[in-house]
Amino acid sequence: MAYSDKVLDHYENPRNVGSFDKEDPTVGTGMVGAPACGDVMKLQIKVGENGIIEDAKFKTYGCGSAIASSSLVTEMLKGRTLDEAQAIKNTSIVEELALPPVKIHCSVLAEDAIKAAVADLKSKKK
Amino acid sequence: MTNETSAMPIYMDYSATTPVDPRVAEKMIPFITESYGNPASRSHPYGWTAEKAVENARNEVAKLVNADPREIIWTSGATESNNLAIKGASNFYSSKGKHIISVATEHKAVIDAVREMERLGYETTFIQPEPDGLIDIKKFKDAIRPDTVLASVMMVNNEIGVIQDIDALGKACRAEKIIFHVDAAQATGKVEIDLEKLPVDLMSFSAHKTYGPKGVGALYVRRKPRIRIEAQMHGGGHERGMRSGTLATHQIVGMGEAFRIAREEMETENAHIKKLQLRLLSGLTEIEETYVNGDIEKRVPHNLNISFNYVEGESLIMAIKGIAVSSGSACTSASLEPSYVLRALGRSDELAHSSIRFSIGRFTKESDIDYAIELLKEKIGRLRELSPLWEMFQDGVDLEKVEWAEH
Amino acid sequence: MIYFDHNATTSVHPEVLDTMMPFLAAQQGNPSSNHSFGRNVQTAIEEAREKVANSVNAHPSQVIFTSSGTESNNTIIHGICRSYPDSHFGFSSIEHPCISEPIKSIESRGFKNTQIPVDINGLLNVSALSNEEQKNITFLSVMMANNETGVIQDMPAIIKWAKSRNIQTHTDAVQAIGKINVDFEELGVDAMTISSHKIYGPQGAAALILNKKIDLYPHLMGGGQEKGLRSGTENIAAIVGFGKACERVQKNIVIINNEVKKYRLLLERELKGLGAVIFAEQTERLDNTTFFAFNNIDGSTLLTALDRKGYAIASGSACSSNSSDASHVLLAMGVEPELAQGALRVSLGIKTKEGEVKSFLEALKTEVSRLKQLTAMAA
Repeated sequence: MAYSDKVLDHYENPRNVGSFDKEDPTVGTGMVGAPACGDVMKLQIKVGENGIIEDAKFKTYGCGSAIASSSLVTEMLKGRTLDEAQAIKNTSIVEELALPPVKIHCSVLAEDAIKAAVADLKSKKK
Repeated sequence: MTNETSAMPIYMDYSATTPVDPRVAEKMIPFITESYGNPASRSHPYGWTAEKAVENARNEVAKLVNADPREIIWTSGATESNNLAIKGASNFYSSKGKHIISVATEHKAVIDAVREMERLGYETTFIQPEPDGLIDIKKFKDAIRPDTVLASVMMVNNEIGVIQDIDALGKACRAEKIIFHVDAAQATGKVEIDLEKLPVDLMSFSAHKTYGPKGVGALYVRRKPRIRIEAQMHGGGHERGMRSGTLATHQIVGMGEAFRIAREEMETENAHIKKLQLRLLSGLTEIEETYVNGDIEKRVPHNLNISFNYVEGESLIMAIKGIAVSSGSACTSASLEPSYVLRALGRSDELAHSSIRFSIGRFTKESDIDYAIELLKEKIGRLRELSPLWEMFQDGVDLEKVEWAEH
Repeated sequence: MIYFDHNATTSVHPEVLDTMMPFLAAQQGNPSSNHSFGRNVQTAIEEAREKVANSVNAHPSQVIFTSSGTESNNTIIHGICRSYPDSHFGFSSIEHPCISEPIKSIESRGFKNTQIPVDINGLLNVSALSNEEQKNITFLSVMMANNETGVIQDMPAIIKWAKSRNIQTHTDAVQAIGKINVDFEELGVDAMTISSHKIYGPQGAAALILNKKIDLYPHLMGGGQEKGLRSGTENIAAIVGFGKACERVQKNIVIINNEVKKYRLLLERELKGLGAVIFAEQTERLDNTTFFAFNNIDGSTLLTALDRKGYAIASGSACSSNSSDASHVLLAMGVEPELAQGALRVSLGIKTKEGEVKSFLEALKTEVSRLKQLTAMAA
């Protein structure tokens, strides 16, 4: 499988790897995928008082494209509002990373991870 | 990590294909440049030279497995040998019955040929091996029916390298007058094969898994008691009518030479490779949460198949570009499915996904092994830092109890 | 030794060998492997596929690599009978056994066939079949050029006839490629067989060119190579060599049509002078092939005598040289068995020199007159 340079870059030098305390009320955690399917993404966002995403971290079990997709997403999320974050579509990830058709599911998973993280945060706020 | 920047990685995929031994290449080349000729041309010396070389090679192949040269039929490779044996014998002996026994961990060529017989009205039983990859002889015997015509079991598994007890399985077949086919593509030059003693009727060989060229293989067809097969490739009547088609003389010569070298050097070579295997095993099992797939004792020294828990296979392969290995068998590694062989052993999808097959051989050096161990230690560590599953494992979460959102 | 048996097999061209060498000697991967060793050889195979396709004006996706012409022919026949269970196979009476035998082998499974005769000129004679017989055929295989006589069939007319009856078509073009222009698309056949070792490529590689309208069931099953149509690890070195050989096909045709043709005309003129019968003399034939016999001279004696003098020629096709049976091709053409028994084939190649042909003729003259004297004494 030939990966694009961007995938390789994110894979070799993943951005924002790590974890926040998931009990922190300003942290939203999204965990999607399943080990049996070969990929699990954990995406966390940390939101400031102004409602803007200050920081994002991820951990991913999966192929190079899955790792690259989640790494890219952590970069995209910073500085966005929750609504803006939810507006991120998998197609923009596909485009940015030039993912081949067999790897599109990785971008879908990343989009799901964002939605799950935002939903988690919102449920904490209630 | 000096190899990281070199053009080609260290080759540890000998079970997919072996490099051609330089001595083999040397023998082959004159048969392309000078002594060309169609071995079936009986009217001039070009044909005779070719024919003599072909018969000499047949002798070498027969010698490695202690068979009569007249029992060796050339084919284009083990895939064709397997197709010919399974379709050819079950068709020929169909009056005995239409039930075939095979094993869930066989090579695709065997499985697909057996499935084809199923579509042609045969019934089949695929035996599930034990978690160590070996066949329980009792389960094998239980699968035998009065109408069982053929059983096909591989000697050495291509993915996990385990060696089946061919002698015991063969005896069980003999007792019930069942034709016994053995795919030995991964066995030649690695384990001793004595067809005078082994109760095997048909055996498939490949050249390119034993330092010979691609595009040539052979099928052993027992003469005493005589086994008959229905040809699958017709026309011209080469190979006593069992397999027609112009023989590629240089390739056959290459296979003969490769098998000669295997016979003469197997013993010393295996001792050397065994040492390397143990070195690799002890190095890699220093890494936490590693699982060897397949029995470690009844296994060829050339193979080590290990699952690295909590890292995903494809990203692992990407991470270890300095060595050329495979996840699952070569034929299926382009797909995203976990290895069917590991699944048949009852391995979880996760462990199947995170498996790496290291297959080493004649040209593997100790320094290659050390490099691989260091590389794996570093990269597994890095990928686990990235892995949410590893984090959960460290936190004591039981992954079995997590409800995953399968997609 | 002078080699005049190019229809049996050809030597590997030095340029072909050069392209093969890195794949013969150095460490190679399995094309199915997902690492750089595997990818490198996969790329080499795809490049070869393109060259093979170009040489016969087909699309690379239509090229299925096999191990030999025999395998290609078996693949199409066995595959068709599995995907089209109502098939009725038509084939010419001069086909190579690797077409006629697979067709006969499936008779026991209920597949019917009709053998189509050829006329005295070696050309397919469809009109010799009854209407009923013509109507039955669903699949037709006719070789483009015959390996023994060199006769070139009128393929456009045959394909036109077949198409008007919705008959699926295959042609064995193993002998034609490299000697005459072969155009898969223009021809409009559904499938075609070509082979490497007849065009100065190595043994061990061949192709089945397949129109995708045909739903072909695989013959060799397993790893799913060649889009599932031909399993088995690819014979990389041979495939790469085959590709290179195909690249040279047009050059070879020019040599054959110009140089070699002259030598054959010279050869046949002299042969006739010696009293030889040239089979299908008046028919359009491959420019490198002469199939002939002398009345009252035993062919195998002449063959042996010429061999001792250093000339490698053939009696009939390579595959049947060891049987004493008369050529089935000549018998099908209606040639007398006694004459057919003694038939000899000279097939020239791109490196054949005029001097070689001339010295061969000298040797032949001596032997023929010697044998004629012996025959006369015996009479």
